[in-house]
Amino acid sequence: MPEETVPLRIGVVAESAPGETRVAATPKTVEQLTALGYEVLVEAGSGARAAFPDEAFAQAGAQVGERAQTWDADVVLKVNAPNAEELARLHDGATLLALIAPALNPTLVEQLAARRITVLAMDAVPRISRAQSLDVLSSMANIAGYRAVVEAANLFGRFFTGQVTAAGKVPPAKVLVAGAGVAGLAAIGTAASLGAIVRATDPRPEVAEQVGSLGGQFLSVAVEQERSTDGYARATTDDYNRAAAALYAEQAADVDIIITTALIPGRPAPRLITAEHVAAMRPGSVIVDMAASQGGNVEGTVAGEVVVTGNGVSIVGYTDLAGRLPTQASQLYGTNLVNLMKLLTPAKDGQLVLDFDDVVQRSMTVVRDGVKTWPPPAVEVSVAAPAVAVVKEPEQRTPAGPGRVYAATGVAGLLIFLLAAFSPAQLIGNLTVFALAVVIGYYVIGKVHHALHTPLMSVTNAISGIIVVGALLQIGHENTVVTVLAALAVFLASINIFGGFAVTRRMLSMFSKG
Amino acid sequence: MTAESAAQAAYIVAALLFVLSLAGLSRHETSRSGALSGIIGMAIALVATVALAVDHLDLDDGKALVGLLLMAIAVAGGAAVGLARARKVEMTAMPELIAVLHSFVGLAAVLVGWNGYLQEDVAPDMRTIHHAEVFIGVFIGAVTFTGSIVAYGKLAGRLRSAPLMLPGKNLLNLGALGALGVLTLVFTASPNLGLLTAGTLIALILGWHLVASIGGGDMPVVVSMLNSYSGWAAAASGFLLNNNLLIVTGALVGSSGAYLSYIMCQAMNRSFISVIAGGFGMEQKVSDGQDYGEHREILVEDAVQLLKEASSVIIVPGYGMAVAQAQYPVADLTKRLRERNIQVRFGIHPVAGRLPGHMNVLLADARVPYDVVLEMDEINDDFPQTSVVLVIGANDTVNPAALDDPGSPIAGMPVLRVWEASDVIVFKRSMAVGYAGVQNPLFFKENTQMLFGDAKQRVEEIVRAL
Repeated sequence: MPEETVPLRIGVVAESAPGETRVAATPKTVEQLTALGYEVLVEAGSGARAAFPDEAFAQAGAQVGERAQTWDADVVLKVNAPNAEELARLHDGATLLALIAPALNPTLVEQLAARRITVLAMDAVPRISRAQSLDVLSSMANIAGYRAVVEAANLFGRFFTGQVTAAGKVPPAKVLVAGAGVAGLAAIGTAASLGAIVRATDPRPEVAEQVGSLGGQFLSVAVEQERSTDGYARATTDDYNRAAAALYAEQAADVDIIITTALIPGRPAPRLITAEHVAAMRPGSVIVDMAASQGGNVEGTVAGEVVVTGNGVSIVGYTDLAGRLPTQASQLYGTNLVNLMKLLTPAKDGQLVLDFDDVVQRSMTVVRDGVKTWPPPAVEVSVAAPAVAVVKEPEQRTPAGPGRVYAATGVAGLLIFLLAAFSPAQLIGNLTVFALAVVIGYYVIGKVHHALHTPLMSVTNAISGIIVVGALLQIGHENTVVTVLAALAVFLASINIFGGFAVTRRMLSMFSKG
Repeated sequence: MTAESAAQAAYIVAALLFVLSLAGLSRHETSRSGALSGIIGMAIALVATVALAVDHLDLDDGKALVGLLLMAIAVAGGAAVGLARARKVEMTAMPELIAVLHSFVGLAAVLVGWNGYLQEDVAPDMRTIHHAEVFIGVFIGAVTFTGSIVAYGKLAGRLRSAPLMLPGKNLLNLGALGALGVLTLVFTASPNLGLLTAGTLIALILGWHLVASIGGGDMPVVVSMLNSYSGWAAAASGFLLNNNLLIVTGALVGSSGAYLSYIMCQAMNRSFISVIAGGFGMEQKVSDGQDYGEHREILVEDAVQLLKEASSVIIVPGYGMAVAQAQYPVADLTKRLRERNIQVRFGIHPVAGRLPGHMNVLLADARVPYDVVLEMDEINDDFPQTSVVLVIGANDTVNPAALDDPGSPIAGMPVLRVWEASDVIVFKRSMAVGYAGVQNPLFFKENTQMLFGDAKQRVEEIVRAL
């Protein structure tokens, strides 16, 4: 009965954190939220630093209100986690959507749970395909990766692209991106499109293809790594770290720009680039450390600042790279929020329903009505699973374990052995030839191109006409019946041979590369 | 050097050439030389065999001369028929032709097996084995023969393509196999013509029933499987005649054909065993009566408008394109669109058509450059960035139910995710269901529009309007 229920009010509040430029809604997302049946209240001046004036919000259908009023809304949308003063302003039963980083801020989670409110952490989205549209970390990382390259270009004293000009030849810049997650891939794509030579490293060998697709070159560290099962990078092994350090030492001396993006959820950032590596770089080189807020991947990074080392290398430790594109970042963050609200408003009637059976909603909820629900049960995702596993088999096939494979091979081997051991010499010779030919037949077409399936089949068909050999040798026998049957067999097999080869040639002559 | 040793040497050369031939056929660059080595290998084998046969015969004997004459007539006649058929056949009828050719190998194997029984000249210690070989050779040959005939009938539309559903068909198959096993044992103990005839008949019926139980939509795998069987039939004859060339070649064809079928089964997400056992269409239930909503129609002019505004187009052809002979206008359309700087690519499902690679052959016939013809895995992630998808005569291979509806008969089969594109135009005769007998929710999606009528005519109209 939508007429009788009062639509909930969404409050978009201004950010209080110093230096925060983003806002949790834009005029466009306000329209989408209104379409879901909500009333939207925007705090005056909240979008100013992201170039969204209050009038634009008003035009999109939002009310522009006072601070106290917006904080009193039923659903509060925010970018950063609230401080103690702000938390006190929420009324009981309210819902808060913001970046909480619950794994890193246990005290904040306790504070939130002390109030009878519901809190969803926008940075706790499980990495499953269905939830991609709400994944704030991805959308922010994408912006940050782009901005990291722009910051580097700003400080770097040369072109990115190589040029031959009347005033001499300019070599292209060489960029090394450490970590090919979303931020790393965005950085690779941006740097490559500016014309730089881009190289990338990552402990997950399966991302090599993605790196290549964006114009980067993947440098693999030749050590076995466990496959990621949850879509996030893991901590690496000692062996790997040694091999990687050697790779970084070699690359640092060669490249002009290093962008590091290595973050492991819930842990300090791994140290990838040591002071020695930095010292080996040429003067004028730039390092952008995108993990600065969590201690940095580079020795000597200062969070939020640019440091110039003794040998003239600039280390950029900005922690607000996404916020440096406030308009874009607000739009993407706002859209992520809208997608979450769509999920939470199944009836599109302005009523928020939290469904704990949905793994996405469950994972994001930190506090529900004053009860702490963090950490959520683990979610296994298939994003990084090998492609083979995606092809689902019907239920009757359970994958054979290695034990069963060995057993089957053993039984087959024994059977062949027994068959051969009790056979006359002639049969053994035949069996040998047969077994080897079976294996050759399997391997020889192992990598057949899909388009050639039909010609291959018609050629094998023609070749199986070889049975003519048997029939030919039977002709001219004493027994007339045998001769007649053999002649018929020769006739049939000949059709096969000549027809098969002719058709194959006809098909092959059609394949053209125009 | 005797005639015998010379022939054996020639056989080794021929066997190696066949291996080279198959290897060459795996890649575009080497495919022609692959076919050539196959032909040379076959020529060498034939010449060596004829020389050997002549050497064995007593040329003063009238019977031998008659035999030689018969041999020449049979080869010449076979060559004439084969070449004529190969020259005449439409590329769309290729599956039928290949199925018929398989049946010839099967029949030839049966005849050779029978002769092996009628003409006994083996060492005493080999007699038991020889009789087992006769029986097995005839068995495989007969299954291949009738199986191929049925496959031909289904492909050519002369037999009903729906799977034959005899009650307890798995038991029938198993029973036939068991009976053949028992007959083999009895035959080796006391060989006689009656037993051989009975065995041949049972094998013929088994082959017919195996393929008749499989729906027409699954014929690509069946044809490939029969190809493999024809190889095993040749290998069995090789054992029978103690001829290594036959064994090598038969095993080559047999194992490569089996592997090819296996690749295709994976592409269709079918169990390899259940295909071989002919148990394919077993659980097919048409889960219909569901309300799918309304489909939208589109006119040729609007389709042209969509194409003109597109930046990237993917064409997904299916068996319907082959039936309508629409590959030539489609090739023309591709050229026109490319001239307008619109990216055109083809997305080919591994089991599109009635033969593996069927679509590739048709498109190549119409001179579509093969570097824009991509496989499912290569193109499936590109649909979201595509403006328009033209689905021409494909149905089950673009059915979202395979991914969404676990109760669907094609559930779990990988499909081309065409619905992720901005617009989808489906060329179709009517709203009838595809080969798997399943309704296709794609036709009712919001971004899908139907262009009804003969695919060839419709594409030609679009080309004219462009």
